[in-house]
Amino acid sequence: MSAGLRTAVERLGGLGNDGFSYIGGLGYLAWDTVRWSLRGVFGQPKIGWSALTFQMVRVGVQAVPIIALVHFFIGMILPFEMAPVLRDYGMLNQIATIVVKAIFPQLAPIFSAIVLSGFAGAAIAAELGTMVVSEEILALETMALNPVRFLVVPRVLACIVMLVCLTILADVVAWIGGLAVYTFFLDGTVLEYYERALESLLYRDILSGLVKAVCFAVLVSLISCHEGLRVSGGAEGVGRATTQSVVKSIVAIIASNMVLTVIFYYYWPSQ
Amino acid sequence: MSDKSPESIIELRGVTKRFDGRTVINAVTLPILRGETMVIMGSSGCGKSTTLRMMIGDYHPDEGEVRIFGKSWATMSETEANDVRLRFGILFQSGALLNSMTVGENIALPMREHTDLDEQVIRIMVKMKLELVGLRDFEHLMPAQLSGGMKKRVGLARAIALDPEILFYDEPTAGLDPIATAVTDELIRDLSKKLGVTSVVVTHDMGSAFRIADRMAVLYRGDLIALGAPDTIRNSGDARVKQFIEGLADGPIPLRQSSKDYAADLLGQV
Repeated sequence: MSAGLRTAVERLGGLGNDGFSYIGGLGYLAWDTVRWSLRGVFGQPKIGWSALTFQMVRVGVQAVPIIALVHFFIGMILPFEMAPVLRDYGMLNQIATIVVKAIFPQLAPIFSAIVLSGFAGAAIAAELGTMVVSEEILALETMALNPVRFLVVPRVLACIVMLVCLTILADVVAWIGGLAVYTFFLDGTVLEYYERALESLLYRDILSGLVKAVCFAVLVSLISCHEGLRVSGGAEGVGRATTQSVVKSIVAIIASNMVLTVIFYYYWPSQ
Repeated sequence: MSDKSPESIIELRGVTKRFDGRTVINAVTLPILRGETMVIMGSSGCGKSTTLRMMIGDYHPDEGEVRIFGKSWATMSETEANDVRLRFGILFQSGALLNSMTVGENIALPMREHTDLDEQVIRIMVKMKLELVGLRDFEHLMPAQLSGGMKKRVGLARAIALDPEILFYDEPTAGLDPIATAVTDELIRDLSKKLGVTSVVVTHDMGSAFRIADRMAVLYRGDLIALGAPDTIRNSGDARVKQFIEGLADGPIPLRQSSKDYAADLLGQV
């Protein structure tokens, strides 16, 4: 084997190895989080409700304006893009259908999760990374306080609850964005839009979007915590973890969305 | 338990630790006796902090074993390890206070989590611990509002929150001005006298080391080169120990750590 080929193979193997060990680490963290969450709810020690509410406010409330803004625009974009095509077919009144079918199961959970990864995910990675660098995590461990229980569980739970709430908000706001365009620019009526949307929107569309929100929240929060907790090498490492948490979160969101969409297509069809 | 020396509260037995194949601690055997103040000294990178990290069970040795309260870290279950952790306290180099909590909450944290004490009692105890380190008025400040020396003292108050039997100090005087250093030394001596705790201090501050130590251990490149009372160390015949405690630039401990030939390195021949 030539030296070049050998290096290439070695590098490929190294990448594969890193990938598996990363996923393994993430899986272990996930398992630990589930374990401590269950103990926190059903046994001892109890979940710190004040820590949880604090994280929920931090994760969720701050993201509300951005989520609303982004989804109002998304709701506006869809009718403009689809109107010429639908007009050709004489189906302009179907705008509402397009909006709800695109928003509820797909766009709202995806974009909310991406905003969450930029907002909360990066902050979590930076915060935990700084705690690693300043020996705060070690201090917790030596005080017999498990960092997963103490830091990861409230953040993951807060992300789950808040992303579901934010996705519902996103659904509504994007729907209103579509309505605004439909009535102001496409000469439709509010009633028409409302009835059409109600007619075509299934519980399945709403629920599958919320199931996705839960999955995305778990991924974003776990990846961010994992990136933060494995920081090494001082301030530079914290910066790297912050970037990596966002990049990996977005990849994870899109990839898991693909998998979930396929699963839902076969096992939970739209009709 | 077949502990040969019941007197030693912590014991390193033939401990070797490597990082990426590089030996950081080399077959060190070091018993620490109940009630004494042991100072572990050495220049930067000699393995002091690694030794400390192994004593608190954060690193595990590649060879040998580390025993604390008669139990080996390697054979402890997580529950046992947590029980042991509640019996010692650590002052970290930068204090390692949780930045999201006030000074008072930081000190109260171990008590809130590990005891059933009443909130009122905890509040009184927090004040008492802060009084011990002379910072009673600072209870409601955030760590970010404190100076480096104050953070260390709050870290110390937190370390003694659960009345530990052992106190570890990681470079307690590093980065402090001379007065703060003297205050810290006083505090360490005071605490071991008042509370009767065993203290393990890792430092490269000679003055402070000789002021507080009952016994001293000197590490050099992972080897334990001297162990004994301060006077023994001061009169040590070992040239490396002498150079270190006298702080001489010239001696057997080289400034340059490179093993490559300088001229060859410059000419790119290695």
